[in-house]
Amino acid sequence: MFPYHYRGKTLLKTIKGRVLICAGEENWVDNRTIYVGHREPPSGTEAYIPQRYPDNRIVSSKYTFWNFVPKNLFEQFRRIANFYFLIIFLVQLIIDTPTSPVTSGLPLFFVITVTAIKQGYEDWLRHKADNAMNQCPVHFIQHGKLVRKQSRKLRVGDILMVKENETFPCDLIFLSSSRGDGTCFVTTASLDGESSHKTYYAVQDTKAFHNEQDIDALHATIEFFLVSGVAIYTGMETKMALNYQSKSQKRSAVEKSMNVFLVVYLCILISKALINTTLKYVWQSDPFNDEPWYNQKTDSYKASFKDPGILRAFTDFLAFMVLFNYIIPVSMYVTVEMQKFLGSYFLTWDEEMFDEDTGEGPLVNTSDLNEELGQVEYVFTDKTGTLTENNMEFIECCIEGHKKDWGGFLVCFCFHFSYPFSKEELFFRALCLCHTVQVKEDDNIDGLKKAQLSGRSCVYISSSPDEVALVEGIQRYVCNLIVFRFELLEILSFDSVRRRMSVIVRSVAGDIFLFCKGADSSIFPRVTEGKIDQIRSRVERNAVEGLRTLCVAYKKFTRKEYDCVCKLLQNAKIALHDREKKLAEAYEQIEKDLILLGATAVEDQLQEKAADTIEALQKAGIKVWVLTGDKMETAAATCYACKLFRRNTQLLELTTKKIEEQSLHDVLFDLSKTVLKHSGNLTRDNFSGLSTDMQDYGLIIDGAALSLIMKPREDGSSGNYRERFLEICRNCSAVLCCRMAPLQKAQIVKLIKLSKEHPITLAIGDGANDVSMILEAHVGIGITGKEGRQAARNSDYAIPKFKHLKKMLLVHGHFYYVRISELVQYFFYKNVCFIFPQFLYQFFCGFSQQPLYDTAYLTLYNISFTSLPILLYSLMEQHVSTDMLKREPSLYRDIAKNALLRWRVFIYWTFLGLFDAVVFFFGAYFLFDNTTVTSNGQMFGNWTFGTLVFTVLVFTVTLKLALDTHYWTWINHFVIWGSLLFYIIFSLLWGGIIWPFLSYQRMYYVFMQMLSSGPAWLGIILLITVSLLPDVLKTHKIKPLARRQVFFNQIQSNSLQKQFHSNIKRRLYECLFN
Amino acid sequence: MAVNYNAKEEADGHTSGVGVAGGGAAGGAGKSRKPDNTAFKQQRLPAWQPILTAGTVLPAFFIIGLIFIPIGIGIFVTSNNIREYEIDYTGTDSSSPCNKCLNVSWNSTPPCTCTINFTLDQPFETNVFMYYGLSNFYQNHRRYVKSRDDSQLNGDNSSLLNPSKECEPYRTSENKPIAPCGAIANSMFNDTLELFHIDNETRIPITLNKKGIAWWTDKNVKFRNPFGTTNNLTALFQGTTKPVNWPKPVYMLDSEQDNNGFINEDFIVWMRTAALPTFRKLYRLIERKNNLQPTLQAGKYSLDITYNYPVYSFDGRKRMILSTISWMGGKNPFLGIAYITVGSICFFLGVVLLVIHHKYGNRNNSADIPN
Repeated sequence: MFPYHYRGKTLLKTIKGRVLICAGEENWVDNRTIYVGHREPPSGTEAYIPQRYPDNRIVSSKYTFWNFVPKNLFEQFRRIANFYFLIIFLVQLIIDTPTSPVTSGLPLFFVITVTAIKQGYEDWLRHKADNAMNQCPVHFIQHGKLVRKQSRKLRVGDILMVKENETFPCDLIFLSSSRGDGTCFVTTASLDGESSHKTYYAVQDTKAFHNEQDIDALHATIEFFLVSGVAIYTGMETKMALNYQSKSQKRSAVEKSMNVFLVVYLCILISKALINTTLKYVWQSDPFNDEPWYNQKTDSYKASFKDPGILRAFTDFLAFMVLFNYIIPVSMYVTVEMQKFLGSYFLTWDEEMFDEDTGEGPLVNTSDLNEELGQVEYVFTDKTGTLTENNMEFIECCIEGHKKDWGGFLVCFCFHFSYPFSKEELFFRALCLCHTVQVKEDDNIDGLKKAQLSGRSCVYISSSPDEVALVEGIQRYVCNLIVFRFELLEILSFDSVRRRMSVIVRSVAGDIFLFCKGADSSIFPRVTEGKIDQIRSRVERNAVEGLRTLCVAYKKFTRKEYDCVCKLLQNAKIALHDREKKLAEAYEQIEKDLILLGATAVEDQLQEKAADTIEALQKAGIKVWVLTGDKMETAAATCYACKLFRRNTQLLELTTKKIEEQSLHDVLFDLSKTVLKHSGNLTRDNFSGLSTDMQDYGLIIDGAALSLIMKPREDGSSGNYRERFLEICRNCSAVLCCRMAPLQKAQIVKLIKLSKEHPITLAIGDGANDVSMILEAHVGIGITGKEGRQAARNSDYAIPKFKHLKKMLLVHGHFYYVRISELVQYFFYKNVCFIFPQFLYQFFCGFSQQPLYDTAYLTLYNISFTSLPILLYSLMEQHVSTDMLKREPSLYRDIAKNALLRWRVFIYWTFLGLFDAVVFFFGAYFLFDNTTVTSNGQMFGNWTFGTLVFTVLVFTVTLKLALDTHYWTWINHFVIWGSLLFYIIFSLLWGGIIWPFLSYQRMYYVFMQMLSSGPAWLGIILLITVSLLPDVLKTHKIKPLARRQVFFNQIQSNSLQKQFHSNIKRRLYECLFN
Repeated sequence: MAVNYNAKEEADGHTSGVGVAGGGAAGGAGKSRKPDNTAFKQQRLPAWQPILTAGTVLPAFFIIGLIFIPIGIGIFVTSNNIREYEIDYTGTDSSSPCNKCLNVSWNSTPPCTCTINFTLDQPFETNVFMYYGLSNFYQNHRRYVKSRDDSQLNGDNSSLLNPSKECEPYRTSENKPIAPCGAIANSMFNDTLELFHIDNETRIPITLNKKGIAWWTDKNVKFRNPFGTTNNLTALFQGTTKPVNWPKPVYMLDSEQDNNGFINEDFIVWMRTAALPTFRKLYRLIERKNNLQPTLQAGKYSLDITYNYPVYSFDGRKRMILSTISWMGGKNPFLGIAYITVGSICFFLGVVLLVIHHKYGNRNNSADIPN
């Protein structure tokens, strides 16, 4: 039944790829004068200066074989942490420092090497991809011959031929195509994510050159469907390459906190060094302290610092810095990165997040944001394809105001078509003709299973699922029988501003029709005839039911009118400047005075468990916003269906209609008054999301109203509106934004992101129109759904279905956050414990920078003795069970607002570290103070003292982690007890042999002698116990009390729900004491 | 990067193609992407989840209390039973017999000697350990700690003649390498202490055993005299010179061959640098002769000091300490008191928390039941 034109067109439909642009569209570059085919400019033209343009080589790799080492090192040392360690290392090399350069050089070398290998490997992959791209063959026309060359040899001005289904190697100006009308269809999926086929028009002057002969006088036959173009931007200047570079890096809140803490620790470090340097000079002011007879300075030292000036003090300061530098451990970065990288596998491995239908699981595109999943406060979700299935079914149409259900009516309409056409016929004709659906035979792309199942021979593809539904619906029920030929004259293609499309066709009888189909809001104003009121009421009723509606209208042209239209369009199409604008104007002129035919309704089913997921998210304290391009009523109905709005939700509307009635200012003022009246209530009950007696607000805003709010005003008072708007939003439990353009979605996300609380936002969507908001939000999640994979590819994480968001946030996000925050805090804690005794020791060794611990201990503490337990903890820990987290979404609130990395918590950990360090040091001090601790009267020296402190330290920090571990798998047992065992074995070995390669043997038998002493054992046990005591108290007493409060709140809020299963209650109680 | 992008797209297209084809045939290819259902990957490894409720923590507190308090009492009693006697013989006080020696310098000849009399009120029953103690002496100063050459002390002949740079400025003297080099060796304690029991005005010398005061491993492994064909230390140390402050070279530290040179125990003891600026070092052992008599009876004693070691210049102090030793070392009340304190705190906390828990637990239950 389809007119041939469509079939004809589809043959040339998929020239994928890199884009076709025309000069003049770009405002970032000046005009280019290019001589096509590198002909010499005819003499007499104005002076032409040949310009140098880059070749078409694509370089996405960062390094070459030669510059890898220097460039990679430079890149790595640009990271502030690495640079810091490099400085420490250099200081150790240059000046006489207490610890050997090995202590910081070795870990740094390790970290740098591992990173370099990783980056080198990635770059090698990029080189491979680049090469594949650069070497792929392209067809040139050179001196009248068709030449095959590698893509990278392409130069600006070359004429090239691109066959069907090939990718454009660079930006081209479209000269001609093998199609008579000089058009081609291009997918720009890799550029802007729109998978629809766009029509491009050849330059008017060259459009007639149908083959190479015309272009270069040779080669007469056309074997393929071809387009020819002249290269205009090549290589790294192409739109694609330019686009790609602007992608910015997202950083998580945890990482930001971590950096703040690092600065704090850097301050602590500097102040420690300053204090010690100052005290050193105070202490040394007594000459007998500075240089007693038994401890003379070396001649070289005296020579280099003749006068005790700034330089000497600075050297001392640096030496102290080196001594204490371990407080900022190089290993933390490595551990955090490993935790993120390895941890992200648990997400992809999750069986429950695997979708059987599509055979897809979650994808992790960046592991940097894992913990951000536990911090989400706002979820911005697309509606179609995300909340709903995007599985459209044409269920109703209404012609001339009469509702037609499927079933009986096909009989009614199929067979009588008299001339002139009846309205019904015209209606179906319009539906049949006015679309961009293409027929794809025996092909497999997204969403085709359905077609195979239903046993149809051909498959329809379109960028709009509504159209597919319509065409399929018609094919199924109506008109396989109707065969009419229409000649397609023009397509006035769809765009999101006009929200409609039209076709101009000529029937066999020679009548010229314009069929127009589009959103009701864009059709009704242009309609002059037809049963407008009936259809409008029907459309509205359908919309309330959550159906997607489209209106259909037509218009008949006379020959003369058509010529006029034709000219108008032609002029617009070939315009070099402002083509879009001119086309839009032309369309505007053409699509008016229409006659309304009817409306269609397409149902889009809700995704499974969408309501459940939204409910859980709301209970978890997350505000869910729906951003959609649909009309308000449809979107609102979906919101009710998925329980975003509940029965008792009071809806506030901020729509164009309302703003037309009152001024924007008044509307905003009224709304905020309504909302704030109850805000006292709201904040009080905020804690328990379940309370049913509180007033719930839902806000509905449309694109036009939003742009009014966002629009900067002349007097600069737009901030005021924004603030008010944000305040209203903050007090609404759910917000629905309808009629949104893709860019507006991103705008909304940005608005919330930058509001004064700086909430963490998450955007989820499946279509190319969601890409902008996915990129804008803190966390962008793509649905690997039907509208292509564009969203999934640009997202940070991709999941198969919306329902998987629940587990992703509530379980994985929660775990990730708890794990990494413990990791960060623990790392700072264990290094305070490690370094603070050394600081205290300076007070007892004349501020001489004498290290307390042996070099081996200093080096290996963070690398081996205490590294694995925390890494495995941060991968395996489950403080609450998965089931519990799923069942009780409110547990998510416990970690909201970066709760575990707040200053209070950070200070607690730091003070715990200080306390432990003081216990270690002074415990050992009083144990050793002027007495003997052996049963044979022999004395221990300073290395035994340090080893005792170190032993207590290693045991305490490891056992502290053991106390915090709530989930003891065999792996945890293995690494925790294994680490301690390793420490003991290492110490025995390290002190057991006279190491031939060492210049000193200070640790010889120190550890064993220490273990042979009873008081040392007793001291170690005592000090470990004391150090862990506050933590035992805190973990098992204070935390339960705080959590119990949450528990009671929940109980109270649940008091209306009398059915509170006793076993859930018991589990909750267990969890409190957990 | 753009290329990656395209390449990836192709890869995606490829795999999805496979997925669909497989889905049509048997669904096998689709299944292969499904994650394994292993306990590890699904984060369902069998795990011990200790639920540390009040019920388990409270007994822990009581148990710690009940264990620590008796241990503490035991240590405390042991520590109190240890006899310890300490004399400061620096001579800062003008009335002190050693006051005359206060400003002594190294190598003063003849050496300054002084005698201090003292009385032990109670007998020292078991073996007595004689220590010397120094105060305000920073043996743990970094410059000092590293000023030694362990290879030289280990008998390495090349290090003997070419000591480590770390020994500066005590590395060479008169163009000859110093053995043993370094500040530690150079400043070796060289007072001589002798103990006499005064029984009816007669001074009975008390035998002071000078062996067994250093770690066995130090004496036998870590410290060794240079190797050579001869046993004559003088020959072995040929080509080296004595440390600047020493009156005599290292091979004349003792008359006995197995306590001479680097393996002289006084030397080894000194070379183990102390952790804190106030320290003591083992000087001599006084062994109990028989079971009938205490090692040191109560009564009058005198300590003869050959005062060589100057400490006044850096405001230091010198002491002589006599101490008995138990299984837990010398007198140190800290450990016992600490154990008793910690034990008591745990016990106390246990009681307090028990009370709180009792009250809270009741409230909790009452809140639960109405549902």
